[in-house]
Amino acid sequence: MLKTFRIGGIHPEENKFSAGKSIETIAIPSEVIVPLAQHIGAPCQAVVKRGEQVKVGTLLGKSVGFVSANIHSPVSGTVKKIDKALDASGYKRDAVFIDVVDDIWEESIDKTNSLNRDYDFTSKEIIDKIFAAGIVGMGGATFPTHVKLTPPPGTKAEVLIINGVECEPYLTADHTLMMEKTEEIFVGIQLLMKAVNVNRAVIGIENNKRDAIDKFRETAKFYPSIKIQPLKVQYPQGGEKQLIDAVLSRQVPSGALPISVGAVVQNVGTAFAVYEAVQKNKPLVERVVTVTGKDVTNHCNVLSRIGVPLRNLIEHAGGLPETTGKVVSGGPMMGKALASIDIPVTKGTSGILIIPTLEARRKQMKDCIKCGKCVNICPMGLNPTLLMTLTEYEVWDKAEKEKITDCIECGSCSYTCPSDRPLLDYIRLGKSKVMGIMRTRKD
Amino acid sequence: MKNKLIVSPSPHVHSGDTIAKNMYGVLIALVPAFLVSLYVFGVNALILTVASVLFCVITEYVIQRFMFKKEPTILDGSAIITGVLLAFNVPSNLPLWILAIGAVAAIGIGKMSFGGLGNNIFNPALLGRVFLLISFPAQMTSWPLPSTVSPIDGVTAATVLENIKYNPQALPSISDMFFGLESGSIGEMSVMALLLGLVYMLWKKIITWHIPISIIVTVAIFTALMYWGDPSPANNPIIHLFSGGLMLGAIFMATDYATSPLSNKGMIIYGVGIGVITVSIRLWGSYPEGVSFAILLMNAFTPLINNYVKPKRFGEVRKNG
Amino acid sequence: MNMMLMAVGVLGAIGASGATILYFIGQKFKVYEDPRIEPVQDALPGVNCGACGFPGCNSFAKACVEADSLEDLNCPVGGADTMASVATILDKAASKVAKKIAVVRCNGTCENRPDKNEYDGAANCAIAAQLYGGSTDCSFGCYGLGDCEAVCPFDAIHVNPVTLIPEVDVEKCTACNKCVVACPKQLIELRKQGPKSRRIFVSCMNQDKGAIARRACQVACIGCGKCVKACPFDAITMENNLAYIDDDKCRLCRKCVPVCPTNSIWELNFPPPRKVETKKETASVDA
Repeated sequence: MLKTFRIGGIHPEENKFSAGKSIETIAIPSEVIVPLAQHIGAPCQAVVKRGEQVKVGTLLGKSVGFVSANIHSPVSGTVKKIDKALDASGYKRDAVFIDVVDDIWEESIDKTNSLNRDYDFTSKEIIDKIFAAGIVGMGGATFPTHVKLTPPPGTKAEVLIINGVECEPYLTADHTLMMEKTEEIFVGIQLLMKAVNVNRAVIGIENNKRDAIDKFRETAKFYPSIKIQPLKVQYPQGGEKQLIDAVLSRQVPSGALPISVGAVVQNVGTAFAVYEAVQKNKPLVERVVTVTGKDVTNHCNVLSRIGVPLRNLIEHAGGLPETTGKVVSGGPMMGKALASIDIPVTKGTSGILIIPTLEARRKQMKDCIKCGKCVNICPMGLNPTLLMTLTEYEVWDKAEKEKITDCIECGSCSYTCPSDRPLLDYIRLGKSKVMGIMRTRKD
Repeated sequence: MKNKLIVSPSPHVHSGDTIAKNMYGVLIALVPAFLVSLYVFGVNALILTVASVLFCVITEYVIQRFMFKKEPTILDGSAIITGVLLAFNVPSNLPLWILAIGAVAAIGIGKMSFGGLGNNIFNPALLGRVFLLISFPAQMTSWPLPSTVSPIDGVTAATVLENIKYNPQALPSISDMFFGLESGSIGEMSVMALLLGLVYMLWKKIITWHIPISIIVTVAIFTALMYWGDPSPANNPIIHLFSGGLMLGAIFMATDYATSPLSNKGMIIYGVGIGVITVSIRLWGSYPEGVSFAILLMNAFTPLINNYVKPKRFGEVRKNG
Repeated sequence: MNMMLMAVGVLGAIGASGATILYFIGQKFKVYEDPRIEPVQDALPGVNCGACGFPGCNSFAKACVEADSLEDLNCPVGGADTMASVATILDKAASKVAKKIAVVRCNGTCENRPDKNEYDGAANCAIAAQLYGGSTDCSFGCYGLGDCEAVCPFDAIHVNPVTLIPEVDVEKCTACNKCVVACPKQLIELRKQGPKSRRIFVSCMNQDKGAIARRACQVACIGCGKCVKACPFDAITMENNLAYIDDDKCRLCRKCVPVCPTNSIWELNFPPPRKVETKKETASVDA
């Protein structure tokens, strides 16, 4: 029996069409738009002015506050303006517009493909380099990595868990990266272990990526402190708490951080970014993006600079199909539907999924028949139908007692509901309301 | 691209599960029991079942169309199930007009007065059945002998449970009871056919094992204890499991979505409750059969169970353990 | 006969002892309540809407009785009449708050502000607001999903099915503030009802720069500042590319209305001759 998490879970159709496709590089367009808020936390403050010359790797936005991350120029050229631009959040936010000229990199960056293995850093040096490079969680959550690597005082990490699960259907960006940059990822993991002072790391990989498991097992022979843990295919295994439960059989208590059970979780994509930041001095200016969908002609995994319009990536994959109904940034379960395809790639864009109209529209919602299916599949052991009702009637105190704030917004409830009820829509709203109430109570 | 992009919150895919899929799944699971009833009771079973379904669907349509003024949802299959289950719970010689009253009571009082599917507290089919049992006790408890046993129409006989209570010598063999060759309501007789239905529903993930198994196990343990104290046929666990509406109730009636608890733990409590009440009524009550009442009673407890029995939350630390 | 007497006696005794116990318990747990609270509460509308800032009519009545003056206390639902009768009951001076009315500051109808994408989530403005700026290019405007309609206890605000913009029923609106809180875009404002319901306001909340706002919506405020110059009373301010008319300063002279190039300043319930037609003419001459 393969390991997995112990409460709830679903198994949606995998549809990983782009699996096994090697990484292709996207051409740099004549203009890029770099949003100043690409991470969870405070947006960056722009440090460049209109008309200024920038190179690849020049700092564009400085992180303000602890939970924030630097943003660097992904191209070389001239800053055209700093203005509001629509981003994946669905709102207009501040962004830096750059007219591209050539492709000149900052001198400090090592552009070669040679494999470096230099572990001569202290924990603080590694975290500082990660902070400087503006690295965020590459799985899509975009939580600044240096924050996660700095455990709160009084806590001690025991084990580093690397998330190679990629449980979202369709997406293969992590899978492809694992196949092509195996050694680099292992070096990155070694650095991360050093950063959080642990001597043990476990890489969790779902069993639908047999090739990656085999390749990682081969490589792990040379890294005795890194273990590979194949996992049963089940969604949402990539959720931080679910992954810890699956790998360590430990459950993080409600409201607590993973460090409370001695674990720090990082994505494989993040490990690769850490490798580049520490060994090559390269800030986070590009990432791997899966472009796929049922009617897409050329499923692909592309390496794209930050700030390139999604339209260019879609063109590379054969253009928008006639049947297009919805374009999603991220996977089908947790990704964001986009109002326009002219928004730029950001640090959190793990995939572009094009859903045909026939599947894009929701069905009409019916009354709840109390079948209890949502209760049984909820990976957090919550009662989604009750939480939706409590939100509809704005019973916030009861919703708080029912732990609405534990919801990880994985979408399993809405996915399962035979009455097509928008459970997660309401729970998400209720969760943010209850969190707001809890915050005001604390102040 | 011609069309506007569609924007909605995640998730963007759906399992494709629908109410109708579940309901028709239940109907498919009822087919074996229906075939046995055709074999045992002949054309009467067919007439009653079809009539009951028609009455239920028409009642639902009329109420939704003319009283709620909403688009009727008769195609989702839930009224059809109520109709089939109501027919399965009555004797095969019941006059059609009584059945019509039962259907109106089941859908009108049992389901629609609460707001329709999902909002009802009691299982509609059972409510209709109990309504008839109390209103027309004579017609509801005269059981024609199966045509396979006696070819002459109009001969009636007691059910197994009545015999246990009043005439313990006249019991059919266990194997007859397993295959359904005894007198009783239309659909409740063949344990084998009903178990086939259970297997189908578990395979299709329409229901989970918790409710039927907990009822069956509770009845088995409870009667086994009684049998151990007093080994008379009235306490024989096998007879209790194979007779009356136990299997039909445990597999098809107690598992009704709207009237059973949401969490697995709650389902087990609910099932144990049904088992205990059923056996209590059978052994010490004045009715020979107690499944309907047991399920209706536990239906009433379902909201309470839902309120107090929560699924185990992720990362929850229980006190004292 | 004897039996009957006994039955009467026993029941009587039980009744009497029960009554005694109840009496003493009632005395022991008696709560003193100001006798004036009840008549005040009776004078209030009794809908417990919470518009006054108190949890219900009873708490408001209590506050009225306990307060030294009624100056800060106002029942927006009952208005001046109710407060006057409360004042007579309590023999205090009534507050004089001008009647207010809810005003929807968006005119982004389907014609003025074409849809650029299609929203397919739950029909709830708050949920849509969590997701994105809306189905048009204007991320400040109305979603048209009717959260305001759902919270209104007086059936006074309805989303027009054609324009998808909510409309306020002046007769029914009591300025209870519920829709103001419910709107995730803060489009609804309580403004002075004005004499004969005459009101002037900027029906737009778009803070984008002029060109962007205009491209998104034909009737957006583009922040040109013409109205600010036209206003003789300094009632109009311009902030974040958006004009705002202060209803305390506005004297309803209507000078700002014709100068607005996008017709985003609304005049309501003024005599007809100078209404919409005039506005359009002047606007085109200006442009």
